[in-house]
Amino acid sequence: MVDQATHPKVQVNLIGLEKADYRGQPSTLCQGCGHNSISSQIIAACYELNIHPESLLKFSGIGCSSKSPAYFLGRSFGFNGLHGRMPSLATGSMFGDHTLVSLGVSGDGDTASIGMGQFKHVMRRNLPLVYIIENNGVYGLTKGQFSATAETGLTLKGYGTNPYMPVDIAWEAVVGNATFVARSFAGDPKQVKELIKAALSHRGIAVLDIISPCVTFNNTDTSMHSYAWGKDHEVALHELSYVPPMEEILVEYEEGETIDVTMHDGSTVVLKKLGREHNPTDRSRAMAILEEANAKNLLLTGLIYIDTDQPSLLDIYNLTETPLNRLKENQIRPPRETIEKVNAMMF
Amino acid sequence: MTTAQPIIEIEPSTRLGSIVNDFSITVGTPNGSGSQTSNLTILRALFKMGVPVSGKNLFPSNIQGLPTWYTIRVNRDGFLARRDEHEIVVAMNPDSFTQDLSKVQPGGAFFYSDDIRLPITRDDVVLYPMPVKQLVKETDVSPNLKNYIANMVYVGVVAEMLGIDLDKIYQALEFHFKGKQKPIEMNFNLVQKAANWAADHLEKRDPYRIEAMDATRGYIMADGNTAAALGAIYGGVQFAAWYPITPATSLAEALTEYLPTLRKEPETGKNTYAVVQAEDELAAIGMAVGAGWAGLRAMTSTSGPGLSLMVEYVGLAYYAEVPVVIWDVQRVGPSTGLPTRTSQADLTMVYFMGHGDTENVILLPGSAKECFEFGWRAFDLAERLQMPILVLSDLDIGMNQWMTQPFEYPAEPMDRGKVLWEKDLEQLDGKWARYKDVDGDGITYRTIPGNRYPSSAWFARGTGHDEFARYSEGAAEYERNMLRLRKKFETAREYVPKPVIETVEAADIGVVAFGSTESAVQEARYHLAQAGIKADFMRIRAIPFTQEVTDFVRDHEKVYVVEMNRDGQLHQLLSLEYSAQCVKLISLAHLDGLPLTARWIEEAIKAKEAANKPAKEVR
Repeated sequence: MVDQATHPKVQVNLIGLEKADYRGQPSTLCQGCGHNSISSQIIAACYELNIHPESLLKFSGIGCSSKSPAYFLGRSFGFNGLHGRMPSLATGSMFGDHTLVSLGVSGDGDTASIGMGQFKHVMRRNLPLVYIIENNGVYGLTKGQFSATAETGLTLKGYGTNPYMPVDIAWEAVVGNATFVARSFAGDPKQVKELIKAALSHRGIAVLDIISPCVTFNNTDTSMHSYAWGKDHEVALHELSYVPPMEEILVEYEEGETIDVTMHDGSTVVLKKLGREHNPTDRSRAMAILEEANAKNLLLTGLIYIDTDQPSLLDIYNLTETPLNRLKENQIRPPRETIEKVNAMMF
Repeated sequence: MTTAQPIIEIEPSTRLGSIVNDFSITVGTPNGSGSQTSNLTILRALFKMGVPVSGKNLFPSNIQGLPTWYTIRVNRDGFLARRDEHEIVVAMNPDSFTQDLSKVQPGGAFFYSDDIRLPITRDDVVLYPMPVKQLVKETDVSPNLKNYIANMVYVGVVAEMLGIDLDKIYQALEFHFKGKQKPIEMNFNLVQKAANWAADHLEKRDPYRIEAMDATRGYIMADGNTAAALGAIYGGVQFAAWYPITPATSLAEALTEYLPTLRKEPETGKNTYAVVQAEDELAAIGMAVGAGWAGLRAMTSTSGPGLSLMVEYVGLAYYAEVPVVIWDVQRVGPSTGLPTRTSQADLTMVYFMGHGDTENVILLPGSAKECFEFGWRAFDLAERLQMPILVLSDLDIGMNQWMTQPFEYPAEPMDRGKVLWEKDLEQLDGKWARYKDVDGDGITYRTIPGNRYPSSAWFARGTGHDEFARYSEGAAEYERNMLRLRKKFETAREYVPKPVIETVEAADIGVVAFGSTESAVQEARYHLAQAGIKADFMRIRAIPFTQEVTDFVRDHEKVYVVEMNRDGQLHQLLSLEYSAQCVKLISLAHLDGLPLTARWIEEAIKAKEAANKPAKEVR
C-alpha cells in the first residue's frame, strides 16, 4: 500500500492503484447518456474490488453501448468485435487464459436483434462473462430507429409508432438458462455498482439488463426507457450489498430480514428485503416477478435470478492449470516418436 | 503418385488377352445402404496387394435412398485420377440399373444383383448376375443387419472374378471394424461365401484382372480431412470452433477423435486444447478469432455456405491483425449448390474475402500428406503474419481415401511470431505500439491477454486506429496503416510454400494447376508428351504468388491454367498479378461436380494447341 501520510491526496485501493488507473479515454457519447453512468460504476466496482486491470478482458459489439469499453479500464485488454457477435469473440478469448475475468458491454440492438442468437447460446454455455446490456430501446448511432426492446406504442420522432411487442431481455435470460440475471437502472448508480461487483464474482454468465436512457432519441417522460419513467416506476426488489471474501458483514440485520447469497469466490451478496418477498434462487419466482413487472408497468430492479452451482464453460473443458496461452511448444506439439504411431493408425 | 512418368519397375505378368491392373470399377448402390464399408474394403484390399489405387465416393445430398456411386481406379503406372470410362460396373440399385448398364465400356463386365428384373439391353458386355438375396438369406445374421451386409456379396464375387486376395479383404475388414471380431467374421463369412459361389457358378469371360504388385510400399491411405486435423494437432492447435457442414465435418470430427490421445498434459491428464461445436459459422469464426487474439493457435473448418457467413469476422481479423486458420473444404456453389460434390470455386472469394480493401493469404494443399503439412504450417504463418490463413482443400481430397506418403513430423520448430511478454516489455521500459512497423516488414508486435505488465494492454477493434490501437478516423493514419497491411502481404511472399515445379527438356507449354487436380494433370502430361506436346508443370501451393511463380510465367510462352471451376479463378488471379503478360495465360476451367479427368485436360490442351499450330505438328 502507498503510504497515505506522504501522499495524502492520492487515494489508492488495496493493490495500490488509483481510481485513475481504472479510467479510459474520455467518452464521446452524449452528455447525460446512461451509458456514461454505467461506465463510471464499472470503474468504481473494479477499483473497489481491487481488480488488476490487466487481468480483466473487455468485449463489445457495435453501437453506442459498444463504444463504451474504450471509456473505462484503459489498462485492460479489450476487443470491440462485430455487431451482435461479442459473445462468440468473448467465448474464444476466455480459453486463452482461464485466470482472467471478463466483462462485455452490449446494447439492446446488439443483443436483442442481430445478436439474439449468440446471446442465447452464450447463456446456455455458461461462459464466465459479465454481460451488460445497456438498454435504451432505440438505435442511437444510426439516429433514432426503434430497437427490439422498444415498448409497443412508443412514438419516436421520424419513425411513427412502434406496432410490435418488445423483447424482454431479463426474461429471455431467465428462460435461456442464464445463471445470473439482474435488471437495473442507470439512474440508480449504487445498485448498478453492487450488481457489477456481484456479477464479477459469479463463475458463469451474468446478464445485467440495465435500462440506460438515450437522452437524444428516447427520453420523453412517457417512454419506458427514459430517466423520468425509470425514476417514477423503479421498484427495487431488495437493497443489495456486496461483501468481499474474508470480510465480515458489518451491518446487522434482523433475522429473516436478508437473504445472503454465497458466491463461488467466497464473497457474499446480501439482499435486504424491501416491500416484497423474492428469493433469487427460485427460477419460477424469477419468471413470476418479471411477469408481474410487465403486467403492472413496473421497473423491477435487483438480482432476479442466481444459480451458483452450474459449472462454467471453462470448468467443463478440463483445461491445464497453466493458461493455454502460456503453454510452450513441447506442451502443445506431440513428441516426435508419436508420428510413427499416427501413420500406423492410417491404413 | 504425382510423377508424370510411370513409377513401377516390376511389370505384372501379362497373360494373353488379359488387362492387368489398369481399369476402373464403379459400384452403384442406394445411398445409406452401408456400401461405404464394402467399397472401402475393395479399395484397401487392392492397396494391400501393392496395386496403386484410388477411390472416389460420388454421393448425393441425402441420408438414405438416392443413387450413389463409388469409383475405384487401379493403375499400375500410378495414374489415379478419376476416369469417365468404367470397365467393371456393379449394379446394386434398381433405380440406377439402366444407367449403370449403359456406363460399361464395351467388353467390360457388368455385375448385378439378380433380383433386379430389368431388361438387359446390351450384348457387348460380360454379364455376371449375383444371387444377393439368396446368399444373404443363407447366412445366420439378424434380419435388421441383412440389408447392411448384403453389399459384401459383390465384394466376394468381384474379388473372385478379378483375382483380389481374400486374406487382403480380411485385413481391410479388420481395419475397418477396428479389430472387433464379430462384425469382421460376419462380413467376411459372406464375402467368402459369395466368392465360393462365384468360383462354382461363374465363368470368367472378361479380360480384367488384378495381380499383386509392390507399388504401394511406403505409402499410407488417408483422407485429407483426417490428415489436416492431425497436422493441426502437431501444429499445436489449442482451440477449434466449428459447425457441421459437408464436406468439412469430418475434419473437426478427426480433431475430436485424435486430440485426446495426442494432446493431454501427461502428468495431469488435462487438456491442452478445446474444441467447441458452435451454434453456427458466425459464432465458430467469432470464437476462433477471439482465441487467436488471446494467443491460442486457433482454427475453424467449413465449406462454401459457412465461409460466406464468416466473411465479416475474417475482414475484422485482417484489419485488427489477428492470427486464425480457416480450412475451407470446397464444395460446389453458388449457394447450397451441389453440397456433396467437389470444386475449386472459392478461390477468388477467399482471396478478396472481406469488405473494403482486403487480400488474404491462401494455402492450397494437393494431397493428404500436404493437408497434414499445411495443417501445422498454417499456424506458423498465421502467427508470423498476424492474419487469417485460409487453407483451401476440397471434397475430393478431404473426404476420399488417397494413397499418400506417410505424414512427416514438422521439420521446423514453431514460429510464434512477434509477441511481447512481460520480460520483453520490461526491456523496452514498457514502451511499445501495437501497430508500429518497427522492423520495416509490415508486421508489428503484439501482446497477448494475460500479460500482466502494466502497459501491455491494447484495444483490438475493427474501427480505424492509430499505431497505439486507439480509435482514429485520421486520413493519414488510415492510409498509412492500409499501406502497411499491403506491405505485410508482400512480406508474406517470403514465408508461404513455394510451388512444386517439374520441367522437361524443351517444353512447348507450361501447365499450372493447384490442389486435387494434380494427378489428372500429370496423367494428361504423360499422354501429351506421347502426342508430341511437352509440358512443364507448376502446382501453385499458396497465394500470394512467390518469385518462382513469377519466373515460371515469365519463362513460358504459353501457360495453361487448369482448374475445377467455371470462371477460371486462378487464371483471373494470375492475370491480375501478371497483367502485362496475361495474353499468354490460357484458362482451362471445368466444373461439373466430379473430380477432373486426365482426358478432359488432355483434349482441352490438344484442341487449343491444334487451333494455334499447323495441323501436322500435332501428332
